[in-house]
Amino acid sequence: MTLFRTAALGSALAILAGTTAMAGCGIGAGNVSIIANDFPAIHTIAEAAEACAGDGLTVTANMTKDHQTLNLPGLTSNPAQYSVAVIANSSIVPLMSDGLIRPLDDLIAQYAPNLPDQNKVTVDGKVMAIAFQANAQHLFYRSDMLEQAGVAPPTTYEEVLAAAEAIKSKGLMEYPLALNSGAGWNLGEEFINMYMGEGGALFEAGTANASIENPKAVAALEMLKNLTAYSNPDYLTFDSNATQALWESGNIALATLWGSRGGAILDAEGSTEDVVKSTVLAAAPTVGGGSIPASTLWWDGFTIATNISDEDAAASFQAMMAGMSDEVIKAHETDALWLSPAYTPTPASVGVIETVKAGAMPYPMLPYVGLLHTALGDNLAPFFQGSQTAEQALAAVTAAYTTAATEKGFLK
Amino acid sequence: MPHRTFFWFILPSALAMLLFIALPIVSVVIQSLYVDHDQVLVVSENCGPFGCTQSTSVDAAATAKLSEAAPLGRFNGLGTYLNRAHLATAEIAQAWRTSGGMAGFLSQVMSLPFYKALSFTVAYTAIVTPLVILFGLAVALGVNGLPRMLKGPTIFVSLLPMIVTPLIGSLILYWMIDADGILGKALQWIFADPALSLKASPTLTWLTLFIYGIWHSTPFAFVVFYAGLQTVPEDTLEAAMIDGASRWERIRYVVVPYMSPLLVFVALIQLMDNFRVFEPIVGFSAQANATSLSYAIYSDLRGDNAQYASAATTSVLTVLGVAILLTPVLIRTWRDFNRKRA
Amino acid sequence: MSIAAQRRSAPLVLISSALVAVWIVVAAFPFLWTLWGSFKVQGDFFSKADWMNALWGTRTIVETGGPFTGAGYEGAWVEQAFWKAALNTGIVVIFTVIISLTLGTLGGYALARSGNRYAFWILMLALVFRAMPHITLVSGYLLPFFEWNLWGHLPTAIIVLVAINQPFTLWMLHSFFLNIPKDLDESAMVDGCTRFQAFRHVIVPVMWPGVITTGLFSFLLAYNDFTVTALLLNQDNQTMIPKIASFLGSTQVEGKVMYAVAAVVSATAPLFVLILFFQRQIVSGLTAGAVKG
Repeated sequence: MTLFRTAALGSALAILAGTTAMAGCGIGAGNVSIIANDFPAIHTIAEAAEACAGDGLTVTANMTKDHQTLNLPGLTSNPAQYSVAVIANSSIVPLMSDGLIRPLDDLIAQYAPNLPDQNKVTVDGKVMAIAFQANAQHLFYRSDMLEQAGVAPPTTYEEVLAAAEAIKSKGLMEYPLALNSGAGWNLGEEFINMYMGEGGALFEAGTANASIENPKAVAALEMLKNLTAYSNPDYLTFDSNATQALWESGNIALATLWGSRGGAILDAEGSTEDVVKSTVLAAAPTVGGGSIPASTLWWDGFTIATNISDEDAAASFQAMMAGMSDEVIKAHETDALWLSPAYTPTPASVGVIETVKAGAMPYPMLPYVGLLHTALGDNLAPFFQGSQTAEQALAAVTAAYTTAATEKGFLK
Repeated sequence: MPHRTFFWFILPSALAMLLFIALPIVSVVIQSLYVDHDQVLVVSENCGPFGCTQSTSVDAAATAKLSEAAPLGRFNGLGTYLNRAHLATAEIAQAWRTSGGMAGFLSQVMSLPFYKALSFTVAYTAIVTPLVILFGLAVALGVNGLPRMLKGPTIFVSLLPMIVTPLIGSLILYWMIDADGILGKALQWIFADPALSLKASPTLTWLTLFIYGIWHSTPFAFVVFYAGLQTVPEDTLEAAMIDGASRWERIRYVVVPYMSPLLVFVALIQLMDNFRVFEPIVGFSAQANATSLSYAIYSDLRGDNAQYASAATTSVLTVLGVAILLTPVLIRTWRDFNRKRA
Repeated sequence: MSIAAQRRSAPLVLISSALVAVWIVVAAFPFLWTLWGSFKVQGDFFSKADWMNALWGTRTIVETGGPFTGAGYEGAWVEQAFWKAALNTGIVVIFTVIISLTLGTLGGYALARSGNRYAFWILMLALVFRAMPHITLVSGYLLPFFEWNLWGHLPTAIIVLVAINQPFTLWMLHSFFLNIPKDLDESAMVDGCTRFQAFRHVIVPVMWPGVITTGLFSFLLAYNDFTVTALLLNQDNQTMIPKIASFLGSTQVEGKVMYAVAAVVSATAPLFVLILFFQRQIVSGLTAGAVKG
């Protein structure tokens, strides 16, 4: 079936196979089977890895949005269905907590001794994953609208509010601003970003006790509410598809969007030339006098399963490293913000790079953060609709989180 | 029918259901009585592409030892059923004590996740089910009266809402009802309110979901009733006409009783499907204003930490809810059944 | 009911025709809008800037040079090899329908004819089975299927679809069999047929409207299923709906929504043929009065 897939992938692959690899890439025999989310960078890596197939090496990939539902049982079975799980800093934790992924130090020493430290995800001194791309939400603004409104490009959310007010009061736009503020995961993420920007900590250090009932969290919520006052009233349904469409339609001038959407926003498709020409990607703003951007940094990387033979593990590691070799990355620079010395930043990645440089925090890699994120996403909407105060909403979040974390054994 | 014959007729079907539904249900019920082991947490230095931090993680080896000793987890009895995410008995008792009046008590209860989901689920079921049956029957009677030539195309068009996969169907409608979409603009024009948005207000979101539910399910009722109409015996109808029965009387006293098994069937299936409403909530991004029991299960199972025990509990509660809902229909079926035996 | 139709009063004809006409518009409009939009670019299909763009194809003209484009169809079928998913769906659907109906007809007939109490309780149990949300069932299958190496294959998905559709099939066929007079097969048995012979020679010829209608729903269930096929099939065996879902993109990455739209529209074409066949069957099946016995 690998052959079939490879044939269907067509010419792009043929070129890759010609430049990067002889059959087998010198890996030797083994089974490589990848479970991953569905995004361009992982397509590139998987295709390059698949080009190594041959000489007893098989490479298959299952790229699906449901990867998180599948990777846990898929890696739990023995032997594991998948030898490689591609994850992000949030989704690695369940695999790690169950001991389903193996430390990679030996494999790195043997096959990739020159791997830069920035690619290594280390837990307690052991490398558990190899990161290959970075992402974050950051500010997008329309320079022409800001000019017409007579305001300078904002660097803090307070300035964003002022700019939105200026655009609105000049009658340029009715709803000049958008965030990915849809109830659910997106709204939870916006809160975490803003709260981190306020300098808040989600948990009491060293424990699984949530610590979000404090003035910083209230300030973060108030700021989000003030921002969404300049959004279309539908804002509680906004996901990335909605906000990108809004941006491309030219109906908004300020937005916090995912960096990985930058490429699609800057291309000629879906938007008028005026919008594209004046779109500027900038670091995520700071908030409340804080010094770091109110955003969290994300990485995507790969892990190797525990429940497979050492041969398959070695083959999988090498195939993935071949997939993210310098040649592959140079040929696919627009696919992602690659974590590689071979990568030259593109205009679409400027915003994320600026956000990283300004010192934004990484999204916490904690075993229970997913539970809090879900609780935030499910319980904050009543505050925005005005039926609860910020304190009430945060108390509801804490209660929901405590119930879930107790059930999962994180809290007693 | 002799037991032996019955057994062989039903065996293949029963086997499939036993293996793939009954066994999993047993395991779901067991799972709902257990929760995860205490996780052994350790603090260590974690590094990544964006620097190092002191961070907590699970000691996999120590936790694995715990779960080896008791693979099902900690026995929790009905604890998960009664906790805040489900029946929330303690929270309700607390609300009863502290809230001043009935209104305050109800608003506190409705802010609990399970009751919030239940209220939409029940409202959806109560409104969509009868309307679907009514519209389905009306359309079936209408189509049945059409000239033969037109029947085929009409049936096809009538089935469209059900054919187009809900995943995409609801997404397309979601864009059409957007304040900038064609239906959204049309509504703004009809009601002369340029600020009208179906997505912003809870009431309008509920209404939208109800209308989508009716639109999506009417074809099902229509097809079943239409097929049933084809088997209504002509001579009985003719006899009724000769006796001077009006069209309405013929429907009321001949067609409806004759189709009563199908009516019961459609009612059962619709009650059940509507009680499990899920797809439109995701399709219309309506989580802020409407959640359902099925949505709660979905939300428990996805995400970075799947909560199996919680999902199992909500599933069992859903099945119980369906059972309660179906009781009147079941009693009716039981009576019919006994009449058949007699 | 042809005679009945002729004798209807004019206002009734008018009302019932108007009702059907309104229903047809309501049922068809979103689909026609999608069909029209599938030949546009995404900017026009969603037309955030001005909904009239969707009619005139403003962005389509800018981006492709003409008011219509087949880019969505080309992308889905050629670039993304949607035909493979269509093939897989074909296999899944055909086998699911055939197996479901075979099991369901036997079981439904037995339930309709048995006067024993346990038949009632089996029907009740089937209802309880059906009440279980699919997502919970499927999550439960994952680990054993991975463990026993059953995961990812088409037959696994087919059997699961048959099984979780069995309560519905049983109930529906049971209701239809109740509609077929008992005297029909019982008189055959008095004439010396066994139960199975009576079923085979007397019931089978008259059961088609019910079976075909049930088959239509089995078909639609398998055809539109997302939960089972998305979670139980690997990428080589992916069916149409998960494939379409994969065109929609994720939080981080823009999808190819027009591919999804084009794919949805083209997925409806085979159904047109199916339903024409279906309607001829149920219209001609019983009108000759075969049931009268």
